[in-house]
Amino acid sequence: MISTLGGFTIFLALGVALYAVIAAIAGARANREDWLASSRNAVLAHFCLVTLAIFLLEYALVTSDFSLRYVANTSTRGSLTRYKIAGLWGSLEGSILLWEWLQALFATLVVARYSDRHRELMPYVQAVLQGISVFFLALMAFGVNPFARVFPIPPDGRGLNPLLEVTDMLVHPLLLYLGYVGFSIPFAFAMAALITGRLSDEWLTITRRWTVVAWLFLTCGIFYGGWWSYRTLGWGGYWAWDPVENASFMPWLTGTAFIHSVMIQERKRMLKVWNLLLITLTFSLVIFGTFLTRSGILGSVHAFADGPVGVMFLGFLTLVLLFSFGLIAYRSDRLKGRGELDSVVSRESAFLLNNLVLVGICFTVFLGTVFPLLSEALRGAKVSVGTPYFNRVSVPLGMSLVLLMGIGPLIAWGRASLNNLRRNFLKPLLAAVLGTALLYGLGVHEFPALLAFLCCFFALGAIVFEFTVATRARARATGESRVAAFATLLLKSRRRYGGLIVHVGVIVAIIGIAISSIYKVEHEQTLRVGESLTIGRYVIRFDGLAAGERPTHVLVWANLAATKDGASLGELTPGQRFYPNQQSPFASVDARYRWNEDLYVVLSAFERDGKSATIKAMINPMISWIWIGGAIILLGVIVAVLPERRLAMLALRSRPQEA
Amino acid sequence: MSWKKALIPLATLPVILLLAYGFWTDPKAIPSPLVRKEAPNFRIAVFDGAEMSLASQRGKPVIVNFWASWCFPACYEEAPLMEATWRKYKDQGLVMVGVVIQDKDPNAREFMRRFGYSFPNGPDPGSKISIDFGVYGVPETFFIDRQGRIAYKQVGAVAPEVMEAQIQALLKGQGA
Repeated sequence: MISTLGGFTIFLALGVALYAVIAAIAGARANREDWLASSRNAVLAHFCLVTLAIFLLEYALVTSDFSLRYVANTSTRGSLTRYKIAGLWGSLEGSILLWEWLQALFATLVVARYSDRHRELMPYVQAVLQGISVFFLALMAFGVNPFARVFPIPPDGRGLNPLLEVTDMLVHPLLLYLGYVGFSIPFAFAMAALITGRLSDEWLTITRRWTVVAWLFLTCGIFYGGWWSYRTLGWGGYWAWDPVENASFMPWLTGTAFIHSVMIQERKRMLKVWNLLLITLTFSLVIFGTFLTRSGILGSVHAFADGPVGVMFLGFLTLVLLFSFGLIAYRSDRLKGRGELDSVVSRESAFLLNNLVLVGICFTVFLGTVFPLLSEALRGAKVSVGTPYFNRVSVPLGMSLVLLMGIGPLIAWGRASLNNLRRNFLKPLLAAVLGTALLYGLGVHEFPALLAFLCCFFALGAIVFEFTVATRARARATGESRVAAFATLLLKSRRRYGGLIVHVGVIVAIIGIAISSIYKVEHEQTLRVGESLTIGRYVIRFDGLAAGERPTHVLVWANLAATKDGASLGELTPGQRFYPNQQSPFASVDARYRWNEDLYVVLSAFERDGKSATIKAMINPMISWIWIGGAIILLGVIVAVLPERRLAMLALRSRPQEA
Repeated sequence: MSWKKALIPLATLPVILLLAYGFWTDPKAIPSPLVRKEAPNFRIAVFDGAEMSLASQRGKPVIVNFWASWCFPACYEEAPLMEATWRKYKDQGLVMVGVVIQDKDPNAREFMRRFGYSFPNGPDPGSKISIDFGVYGVPETFFIDRQGRIAYKQVGAVAPEVMEAQIQALLKGQGA
């Protein structure tokens, strides 16, 4: 019953979404408000239908209705309820449905919020958003149906991959999807601006918060994915330049460029074409990323490919590219900016450079990701591109980005005079050199580390400099205390200072990445009971093996006693999990996560008689700074997007003396 | 719109074509770097037999077949062909060795009994032989020429035509 109802709901939603597209365009062109109103109703109806579909599928999942093939594939009777719910996005069909639901939700919110204003743009915004929904619904209606039945009905389901039955699975995919789908909104507005010819900054201003919030979700999703990978997979790393990881990173890069580049268009009316290209690229890369995951053309740990899906995705991607680039070309005459670069040494120039570096990184990551295909197509040779290539290109470019984070906020608009340069950059530069020299004195001699610290100290110094100068100026002007002045600054210029906090978070994360990569220590040893291995200042003693049954698997673990400089740290119990359906066991990592360094231990192998075990231990210095940096980024974005009214009230309360 | 402007959207087509090409490739098909190179030597303790080494077979064509009793269905599909081929060509100087991967002895012996295996098979404790040959799945079959070089690697069940063609090439001493 659910199967029929669900399938019908999808088809109905497809029809309604299609109607919403047509009625919006027709209503706009014929200037018929009643058609437009009808199309808006269709948007809401479409959302309700997709919500119904989600509810039906979740109901089937939670009640373990194995007559649906999807339920049989992604859950088992014994799974915890929250993982049955998570089965919605555990595999291909359900993930498409979830994506489509988010797309419909965002479209409804946008239409509800902006239809009264922006009457010229909104019909086309709506048409684009509903058009995207039409694709995802068609994917389900004609490609992979989440409500497909299976016969004979299996007594129990296959279940999610055991690696996914963790709390992280409840968070990571959702964060990413919110980011991906969120970027469709500025894209839709950009397309509407191109279609209607309203090429002023209107579309940018409206979508500014949507873009930043979408970016935030994508950023958090990426950081969270790395954190999950680090804690769970047992190789001690957090990023492998896997094609699907790259697929999330590329739109992030162009999205970051877009967020910065629009500031130039707002202030100086420049870089209009850049901004349109950047948002188009961002959205296209989002679709490209989903295509990669689901087409099977590149091998990946994330891939879950099936049937006609790949072809349909490629078709949609082609449509998106031709349509959006075609529109940009069509309007190119009217897109010439009103400003010109006065000087290479200016803030505009820094932003332009920022665009180039970010797009440059994106291009190199893209090239590395598709190179296996390219090589096979052109030379017939199968190659694989791995971490060495990606690190070699992204590390230097990443360092130049850090430098730009220091230069950008301080350099003058227009043309930076020597005076301006000296005034703003001398102190941060000095701080950077001194800080690096200090580290050198403390024993840091590796050139990559010193260079990384030099750049990071410079950028941090510039940000701190900016904060202190502004705070001091404000305190002097208004007579407030430094603290009050600082708080008011944050609240009044929240975009600027929120943005600077985000930069601080990025720099902290980069320091974490650099230090944990350069100074990582690894040691693997086979120990008999009572023997110890030494790594750094830690001594780890193998006290014995143990095994026990868990609800879904058998766990074998090693009891290890860890000490640091002789002082006991307690027990560590890394192990291996053996699942009935899987041929090889999964690692169960145990670690001591601290802000200064992580002690990370894995049980590589063991003898069945329990007399010996192979233990791999790692010290990852300052790796927690990566996650801390991510949290700071989150904080910075919250500051940057806080709504105005609340801010005005807070600001008023903090300044009782002002008239 | 002038044709020059039309170039901008059309410039995206090469990327699309490249991705479309991807539908015809198989990312899981990994070519072996050992083809046309000397086969790694190994010693194997054959079930109910003595020890055997690959190097001692130099001068004769050798087929090394990696299999497991849990490898279903491909190993079960090719097993009759393996035994039939052995019986047909053993008098012509062909050497055939089966290497059992990550299996339990009783299960392996049952597999051999079921298909009447009369050519030497042995376990691979520690998977050393599999690792040396770059085996990443079962079944995999390596055709080694008289000079000890790997002429051809078959991933998956061997088809009869392929078996015939490769053996003829090996027997003629042509190798790779």
